[in-house]
Formats: sequence, structure tokens, C-alpha cells
Amino acid sequence: MASFLEKKKTAAQIVANARNAEKVSAQELLAGVFDDFLELHGDRLSDDDAAIIGGVAHFEGKPVTVILTNKGKSAEERLRTHFGCPEPSGYRKSLRLIKQAEKFKRPVVTFVNTAGAYPGQSAEENGQGEAIARNLLEISSIKVPVIAVIYGEGGSGGALALACGDAVWMFENSMYSVLSPEGFAAILWKDSSRADEAAEIMKLTPEKLLEQKIIDGIIPEPRSHKRLFKGVKRVLHEELEKYQKLSVSELVEKRQQRFQRF
Amino acid sequence: MQLFNELKTLGYKHIKADKKANEKIPSGIWLACPKCHQSFYHKDLGLYQVCPNCEYGFRIKARERLAWLVDEFNEDDAALKTKDPLDFPDYDKKLEKARQNTGLNDSVLTGTAKIAGELLSLGIMDPNFIMGSMGTITGEKITRLFKRATRKNLPVVLFTASGGARMQEGIFSLMQMAKISQAVQEHSHAGLLYITVLTDPTTGGVTASFAMQGDIILAEPRALVGFAGKRVIEQTTHQKVPNELQDAETVLDHGFIDAIVPRKEMKKKLAWLLKFHNEGTVANG
Repeated sequence: MASFLEKKKTAAQIVANARNAEKVSAQELLAGVFDDFLELHGDRLSDDDAAIIGGVAHFEGKPVTVILTNKGKSAEERLRTHFGCPEPSGYRKSLRLIKQAEKFKRPVVTFVNTAGAYPGQSAEENGQGEAIARNLLEISSIKVPVIAVIYGEGGSGGALALACGDAVWMFENSMYSVLSPEGFAAILWKDSSRADEAAEIMKLTPEKLLEQKIIDGIIPEPRSHKRLFKGVKRVLHEELEKYQKLSVSELVEKRQQRFQRF
Repeated sequence: MQLFNELKTLGYKHIKADKKANEKIPSGIWLACPKCHQSFYHKDLGLYQVCPNCEYGFRIKARERLAWLVDEFNEDDAALKTKDPLDFPDYDKKLEKARQNTGLNDSVLTGTAKIAGELLSLGIMDPNFIMGSMGTITGEKITRLFKRATRKNLPVVLFTASGGARMQEGIFSLMQMAKISQAVQEHSHAGLLYITVLTDPTTGGVTASFAMQGDIILAEPRALVGFAGKRVIEQTTHQKVPNELQDAETVLDHGFIDAIVPRKEMKKKLAWLLKFHNEGTVANG
């Protein structure tokens, strides 16, 4: 934590780091943080979205449901996942697995790195808005803890749909905003090249968001993945312990208070 | 070779118009429908402000809608003041202009209303207030609307019209989506009815939260209903998007809207639905 406070990065640097292609991937996180993992596919309606990976795993020996957004590593994978932008079927798969977790009383951990929900013709036709709306509605009263970690980009409603649970943590090099700095600059100054300036105004860095209590904490991001995973595990351990101790009504009540502040 | 002798044909050349007379004609006498592009005389717009050709409902102020929709109305939370969490340049001026233009404190009008004898909690979003965008006070007013309705055992009818999240309030605007969703869920768990009416335009964060959470989702003819903007879709996918992709009629075809209701029938339809859900259940009581 000390090293993080020492070298202060500009908002534009954090945006660049958050989008870095070398960033830890969903697959690396799964292997590094969890003891094992079984992927569960499909939304049971029509499709299986590659941009969202979901399944069950052991975390420190205990069962959890894990949901991650996936940008993909190879060029083909990236095209298939729309560079990590989920289709409506991705959000429906995610909600299906969260409801399943509720049935079997295991907590949910989500890892978010998405520029936003996929804006495409197919997404519109399949009800992107409805899919996100349903996630927000159902997760608000889900009876198990839902802990989110934003590990790169946290873009708008597409990120919120996976980060509307009990706690939200962010990697040191990640961002969370209502639209991209480019989009913001384009609307404000009609000039998307002024994105760096926009990033500063938007208060989208983990530090600023923590000040406003939008998020619950920051996970330092050392170069070594081993140390990074150790940090993630420590946070998940503490948060899961904290929220699993609560009764169902306390849990839901606390989640509601979390958002009523804003 | 000419078909007609220019000199013998009546053309612009032969009409001597007084240019000063042009200035005396007020603008807005002839209107064009933005959807079907038909021109019509402004008085044909009528009380409901709909296109006489395709029934598209023009964007109207919340208070204008109120005038023909309800029999009684008591406004709530009219004094809440919008904050400026990002210290956004010139935001206060923009807000002041919007307030004067609409007579509202933010982009939604809320209160308790009576339609044909049925009591309800009513919210109407105003597309003239910074494009109906969702700020913190918009979110707070809608949240309170649902909480009050839950407490008083009332149904909620909400007319949506919004460009989405309000950029000037950044991440706080986004948080409203989760906040309102919680209040909707509480209202729903109490067994109460929630009807949304999607009007032109319903997009972005509003579509991705309370607009799509109604028990019954109605829409006005040809209203724009979608998540992402057309330009964003075209820039992302590098493909031309059909014009009617986000028309309410197309969204209905894909299964996300219950019914399209023209403005002149809206009050009657709502009254019927409210009454229908007030009749009480017969099953397994």
C-alpha cells in the first residue's frame, strides 16, 4: 500500500494501465486465486456468451460461485468476446449462476474488466437493457453475499450489473466510470482527443472513488502475479468472512443502505 | 431541347415576392414528423401532440402530459436540490436553464395522482430537462416514489423519457440505477403493480434499469427504445443499423414490450389496468 501512495499516477496513466493488454487475465485470476474451477456454460435461453466466464470453485477450501468478464488473449478470442463486452446472454448467464448460488447458499465473487455492455444490433434485439435491468433488480435482494473486484475497466451499466452487490474493490490500476473518457470529451468539448483531461475531471480512479465511498477498497497491483493473487485472496477472505457472518435480513438491509447513500 | 417554353411557364422568376412579408410569417406553422417525415398544419398536432399520420408522440414536458392524464395530482419532493458532485464546469447554469424551461427541480415529476378514481403513485420524466438524463435527484425522487408507494400500498405508473445517465454527475448517476432497482424490488415483493410507459426517447441507463423492470411495459407509438445510441452501435460494429431497430414496434416484436398504446387512449388503458389489478385475487386466497 505504501508504494502505491508514494508514486502518484495521473488519471490518464491509470486509464492506460487499466486497458493494458498485458493485464492479468480472467484465466490467470481463476488459476491464481481459486483452488479449482468448473466452468458452467449458457444462459438456458439461447446462447453462451464468451465474454462472461462463470462457474463454481473452491476458495480456501470453501465453495463459491465465480463470474468473470473475459477480454480474451488471442485475436480470435478477442473478436469472439467483443473485447470483453458482454452480450445480453452473458448477463443472463451471470444471473442464472447467481440464483443458483443463492439456492445452494454459497457466496458469489465477480471479477469485472469491461469497457461496457456490447453495443451492437444483436445486443439491442436481444434486450441488452432488459438483461442488465433484471440483474440489478434480482441482485438487490439476493440472499448470499456478492463481492465484486474491478480489475481493469469498469464501464458503465455493463460493469454495474456485476458490481451491484455488497462490496466493490478495485485494482490499483483500474477505472470505474459512467462512460469512457473519450466519450466524455467528445460530448463536452466535441473532441475525443482530449480524453486525458476528461479522465481527470471524471474522478474515475480508485483513489477518488474510495474518497467518495463508491468503492470499499483498493487492491495493490505489484508486478509479480503471485503477490497480486495474495492480495486478492486476503481481501476476498476478509470480505467473505464479514458478510457471511450476517443474517440474510442484515445482509440485504446492509446492501440497500450501501446504495441509498448516493 | 426544351419541353416547355420558359417564358410562357409560370416559374419562380415570374413571382415577385416581398421579402419583408416572409419575415412576418411566424415559424412553426407547418411541422414535420421526425419519424414519418409527413408535414402537417401545426393545429393538427392537437391536445395530445401526436403526428396525425403515424401517431408518433412528440416530446412533451412532464406538466403538459399531466394536464390530460390525471384527474388529481399532489406533487412530492419538489424542493430537492441537485448537487454538483464533480464540480462540473457550467453545470449550475445548465441546471438553472432546465429548471426554468420545465418548471421542475430535476428531470422527473413525481407525486400521488388519481386516474378515473384509482389512486396511484405517478412519475413522469421530462425529456426537456437535460435530455431527461438521470441525475442524483432524479434517482432520489424515483426511489422515494417507490418507497412511498410501498408504504401506502399503491401501484406505480412511470413514464420514462431519458437519454440515459447524466454525464455531469459521473459515477453518482450510475449508482442511481442500483438504488432505484432496490426500491422497485421492494415494491414488487409487496405484491404491488408497477407499470412503465416508454416514451420517446428511452435509452441508456434508464432502459437498463427501471424502464425494463415493470410488471407491464407499455410504449407510445414509434418511441425510440434502446440501450446504446445508434451512432455508438455503428462506430463499434462498422455496420449500418436499420432505422427502425430501436422503434418501440421493433422492440415489441422482439418480446420486450407488452403493448403499444397511442396517447389518446393512454388514460383509458391505464385506468383499466389499475382497476383490473385492484379487483383482488380469486385464486388460493
